Amino acid sequence: MAKTKSKTKAENQTQMVKIYIMGSMYEVPSSLTIMKAIEYAGFKLTRGSGCRAGFCGACATVYRKEGDFRIYTALACQTQVEEGMYLTQMPFVPANKAKYDIDTLDPIASTILRYYPEVARCLSCNACSRVCPQEIQVMDYVQHCLHGEIDKAAAVSFDCVQCGLCAIRCPAEIPQYHVATLVRRLHGKYNMKPPETLEKRVREIEDGVFEEGFKELMSLPEDKLRHKYYHERDFVDQKKA
Amino acid sequence: MIRGYPENMRKSIENVNKTRAKRLTEIKADLTEAERKEVLDNYHPDYNPKFKRDLRWGPNKGINIPNEVADVIEAYPVVNPDDIDLSQIDYDVGVLIIGAGGAGNSAALWAVKEGVPADKILIVTKLRLGDCNTVMAQGGIQAADRPVDSPLIHYLDVLGGGHFDNKPKLAKALVNDGPKIIQWHKELGIMYDQNPDGSFVENPGGGTSRNRMHCSKDYTGMEIFRTLKDEVINKEIPVLEFSPAVELLTDETGRIVGTILYNIETKQYFVVKAKVTILTTGGFGRLHVAGFPTTNHYGATADGLVIAYRAGAKLRNLESTQFHPTGAAFPEQILGLLITEKVRSLGGQVLGYDGEQICYPLEPRDVEASSFIKCCASTDNYIETPTGMRGIWLDSPLIEELKGKGTIEKNLSAMYRMMQRFDIDITKDPILVYPTLHYQNGGVLHNENCYTSLKGLLAAGEISGGVHGKNRLMGNSLLEVNVFGRRAGITAAKEYKKKGGNPGKLSLDHVRKTIETLDALKMKEKRYSPMILPEYRSEAVRDRLVKLYEDSC
Repeated sequence: MAKTKSKTKAENQTQMVKIYIMGSMYEVPSSLTIMKAIEYAGFKLTRGSGCRAGFCGACATVYRKEGDFRIYTALACQTQVEEGMYLTQMPFVPANKAKYDIDTLDPIASTILRYYPEVARCLSCNACSRVCPQEIQVMDYVQHCLHGEIDKAAAVSFDCVQCGLCAIRCPAEIPQYHVATLVRRLHGKYNMKPPETLEKRVREIEDGVFEEGFKELMSLPEDKLRHKYYHERDFVDQKKA
Repeated sequence: MIRGYPENMRKSIENVNKTRAKRLTEIKADLTEAERKEVLDNYHPDYNPKFKRDLRWGPNKGINIPNEVADVIEAYPVVNPDDIDLSQIDYDVGVLIIGAGGAGNSAALWAVKEGVPADKILIVTKLRLGDCNTVMAQGGIQAADRPVDSPLIHYLDVLGGGHFDNKPKLAKALVNDGPKIIQWHKELGIMYDQNPDGSFVENPGGGTSRNRMHCSKDYTGMEIFRTLKDEVINKEIPVLEFSPAVELLTDETGRIVGTILYNIETKQYFVVKAKVTILTTGGFGRLHVAGFPTTNHYGATADGLVIAYRAGAKLRNLESTQFHPTGAAFPEQILGLLITEKVRSLGGQVLGYDGEQICYPLEPRDVEASSFIKCCASTDNYIETPTGMRGIWLDSPLIEELKGKGTIEKNLSAMYRMMQRFDIDITKDPILVYPTLHYQNGGVLHNENCYTSLKGLLAAGEISGGVHGKNRLMGNSLLEVNVFGRRAGITAAKEYKKKGGNPGKLSLDHVRKTIETLDALKMKEKRYSPMILPEYRSEAVRDRLVKLYEDSC
């Protein structure tokens, strides 16, 4: 392809790669992430960019490479560009989230099937696990759900960033990441009871046990507070030199 | 490259490996008050006048704030008030919540709990529901619930960390509500890590005198947020996405009575009238204060701060910016992203080129970050990357020695995964770090019930000022968004239920006044704000940008 525009100095010094964004070719520095490469090429992102650190699932990206039949997936903010990537981002994933009152549920398989009956359609094809950019064993947790193994399903799905790629790829049309949210909430609420010390402390605070102490601390002049902070604090849990 | 690191960095890693056995039992002493002051005064960007200037207008005229923050406050409105038709109201609501992060979602849920019908609430957000810093918080949330701890001990940690410049009543509210927030979260089903005996896993943080950091691996903010979001959807609270607020609306009494939204996809504006407005728009990380990279999400551009200031809101502690000690310094692709403080909570030490400790690993963040900057700026004991970036080592493999093999994969799975994507195994090799812009310590002033200086306007979360003084401690921001989000929701419900007190005539007069004031200042450079989104397109592209006439395409 003829390109008449001369390269900038920075471009001459940088190693460039060719990538294809929604089919159009761009040359970008090879050191960039997919997200920064898309921006470098001139796109001001509104969809497809959220936390930019691998936690929010906004930048789910699907790509193929020249001469390779496979479909690859990635979080654009966490993946370096490669020569010959054909990229597209998922602007949005349509997937129904069931609505429920968490206070009235039981942490069992039938709860999940009541809100997400499609879970029973799982074909065990494992396409969901293969597409997960967090490398979560998605199919395993779907199966755990079916078997009522709420604890296992919650643990296996825990690192989910809710990008939705699993739901798009699933031939059984299961919205796995929404199922996982329900499962974790069931587990966190019903199986992981907080220690009694928590309730006791909340009661103490409500009963005003610490009010006198606060009154005293809040009435201290700054130099007294400083002294307390720098010279009287004890560190019962931590090893200090 | 050898397992993710170039050869010259590998040489320094050998030093780290050599000193590790000795460092298992050896920990560098923390700094005295005088030593803390020395390192802050000389190396923290907050204390360097070249990064700051005096604000030239408004209720806080004269405060000394970062240049980049002054830039967006000393800027013209992006919307011309004369282009807006205020007689057409698109949304007429009881409680308007601007910003859909941790504070906004907490506020919405508590407003519902306190009796506001869900359909009388409107949450609006610039990007998606959940594009916020809360979701990226990793290390944990503080709450003084153990018998050896108390809210009083937590309080003193907060004040000392904030250099005694916190608003005492806000600090008290923060620590005193902590256990209640954890209890609420458990009712919602949040999976906080627990020990086999059922007690919570609680870690130390920089500047805490007790272990009180509750966590969900190193996905704590994500676990909290996705649960709050799930509940907001369950409660059918309306949300408008991709619709940032670009100005607030005032009535003839100066009260805040709604907002102007701008749909960034269709480019239309919408008029929202509200009885109560809660600002939960987060912080300013994407302004890249002092040229630092940031841990923050894409939308952290201080929009809420700007529009509140134009309407007359008073600010506090905006002079102070948090630089997180451990931003990734290598590889280049993840420059400035957060390496959670939990790495140090679990025993990770910070080391120079020679493999020796630089400082106590759990100082308050401003002190710790300044110590790193000092090492890189005034000694030659730093590590240089192939692109010339300087950093120091965070010795993660030490954690596996101290707490047992497998600790990292189990408790720091996000960090392990992120570095693995770039061929670095943090169970075997240290992580290169350098401070990164993390948090807006100050902001819009509010009281313990979240009332700002303006009638009709509440604020909660990172946008606010006074809770943390001049420096926030780890785990107090996840706490803050929940504590003050909850309080804002409760206060909003009270205001909503008050008989009468309906908004007067909607106006943008305060925006017109802003324009007049800015005109009088005769600024050399004409800027516009709120920024809405930062600019990351390449220079080559920006040089060729051209606007077409509206009807031509």
